[in-house]
Amino acid sequence: MIVSVASGKGGTGKTMVSTNMALAIGERLTFLDCDVEEPNAHLFLKPKIEQREQVSTPVPLVDEQKCTFCKKCSDVCRFNAIVVVGTNDMIFKDLCHSCGGCMFVCPENAISETGRELGTIEYGHRDAIRFVQGRLRVGEAMSPPMIRKVRAAAVPHELTIIDAPPGTSCPVIAAMKGVDFVLMVTEPTPFGLHDLQLAVEAVKILDIPAGLVINRCDIGDRKVYEYAERQNLPILLEIPFDRKIAETYSCGQSIVEVMPEWKDKFKGIYRDIELHLEGLRKRVSCEN
Amino acid sequence: MRELVIVSGKGGTGKTSLTAAFSSLAENNVLCDADVDAADLHLLMHPDVKQRSDFMGGSIAEIVADACTQCGLCRELCRFDAIDKTFVVDGLACEGCGLCVDICPEEAIIFPVQKCGEWFVSETRFGPMVHARLGIAEENSGKLVSLIRKEARCLAEKKGFDLILTDGPPGIGCPVIASISGATVLVIVVEPSVSGLHDMIRVADLASYFRIPGMIIVNKYDLNIQMTKSIEEKAQERNMTLLGRVPFDPLFTKSMVQGKNIFEYGEQEESLNAVRDIWHKIIQSPFMNKLGIVNFKATIK
Repeated sequence: MIVSVASGKGGTGKTMVSTNMALAIGERLTFLDCDVEEPNAHLFLKPKIEQREQVSTPVPLVDEQKCTFCKKCSDVCRFNAIVVVGTNDMIFKDLCHSCGGCMFVCPENAISETGRELGTIEYGHRDAIRFVQGRLRVGEAMSPPMIRKVRAAAVPHELTIIDAPPGTSCPVIAAMKGVDFVLMVTEPTPFGLHDLQLAVEAVKILDIPAGLVINRCDIGDRKVYEYAERQNLPILLEIPFDRKIAETYSCGQSIVEVMPEWKDKFKGIYRDIELHLEGLRKRVSCEN
Repeated sequence: MRELVIVSGKGGTGKTSLTAAFSSLAENNVLCDADVDAADLHLLMHPDVKQRSDFMGGSIAEIVADACTQCGLCRELCRFDAIDKTFVVDGLACEGCGLCVDICPEEAIIFPVQKCGEWFVSETRFGPMVHARLGIAEENSGKLVSLIRKEARCLAEKKGFDLILTDGPPGIGCPVIASISGATVLVIVVEPSVSGLHDMIRVADLASYFRIPGMIIVNKYDLNIQMTKSIEEKAQERNMTLLGRVPFDPLFTKSMVQGKNIFEYGEQEESLNAVRDIWHKIIQSPFMNKLGIVNFKATIK
């Protein structure tokens, strides 16, 4: 089973929930930090990194000896990443989406591919948790290819927890597509609610069951609760604002380790997700 | 034209609340919400939309079933696994490269331009505002960000203003790069936690990559004084201006619930003075003043 922890709004506690859930479950599982722009889970899980791998995406390389400057490559490129000016080929690597179109259409076979560095993937362990994170190169704009590479490290049929990036556009979709459950972390404030609504719409498009964790549940107002009820979103955990939690988190410590009374609650989220999915399966088989 | 972009790396550190607070203190400026993915500034600004435009982003391939002979060339060449066995394009997976459109021997693939969102020019009680809404699960957020920043600049020029206040998105990827390129100065809002520090360094690296000066605000500084100090040390090592500290204050949430900024809701709180001092430092910083001269008139005299 793959659970993606997402949010819409940033800073609501995705990393806190995903890392504490992983530590509380304590069994063999894979943890994927897909927030490749700002990966933070390692600060809390403190894994021992055993392997690092540079990842890149293909970009064209023109052999000017073979090139006849026919411009077929620049005609096919929708991203203006390859331009022919007179007898010069110009390649703008950062604009390339790696579709391979220029290479395919080149009548002279003058185009091969080289790589543009996307970033680094790191693999490691923290006790029974297998840890994988992506770290986007500073200056690289495209995070989805990197996220897909991190996702590829999931082991089929094993429990996988994904720490997703904030927002609702392509990086988030890359971190949620094809998972079994999306756990959304929100806070009961106007910003939290507004961005949660966007995230819920994205999850609906992907047709994935979802549930909520309400963090700092005693600040703000009740509108998130009303929304959850209208949308039939189960609330799997509420975490009050507590200075001790905020301080523990700020030092890079895990809540379940410093405040062991929270361990069962975080473990309970996973149990409830399993029950919820089982309930959905039963309902589907009854309807059939 | 000076453009101040408020960023953070990590989400939820208080970018939007501070942008809204600054808008109360700034004069003759245009507001721009560049967090088009999860735009929130309008929740405090209640903009009165004057002009609404569609944002046409990229195109997505669509196979016309009647014309398709299922030769399979498109599936073979598509690197994004966007075409399934039944020759239907998965719009979410399609990258919009158009290769399939060009190579289909039957010309059975069309490539309609997608409406990816909307953008607005509005009036608020703190002046004009340009903002947008990216469609759910859409791509091209960078393009939309560039578009609204350009519009904000045009609007400011038209009105004779020389300041743009831009609320940026979290992270360091495509929309952030689009938000900061060509900006006058970045204000980086950091919270005192290991994640806050880690993410500040990443966004500071991005700022130096694009050679844009950065200034630091530590928000909720009293949640971890030790960490606040480490952040300030790191910032100084990198030659970034320290603008000041804002205490953790429930005032921020309370005013947000009322749809107001902190100056409209608060009375005497310490955080108000902190934010006011920070704003003065920003305005008087050499980056915001031509030739580095704070008081041009006095210097000439």
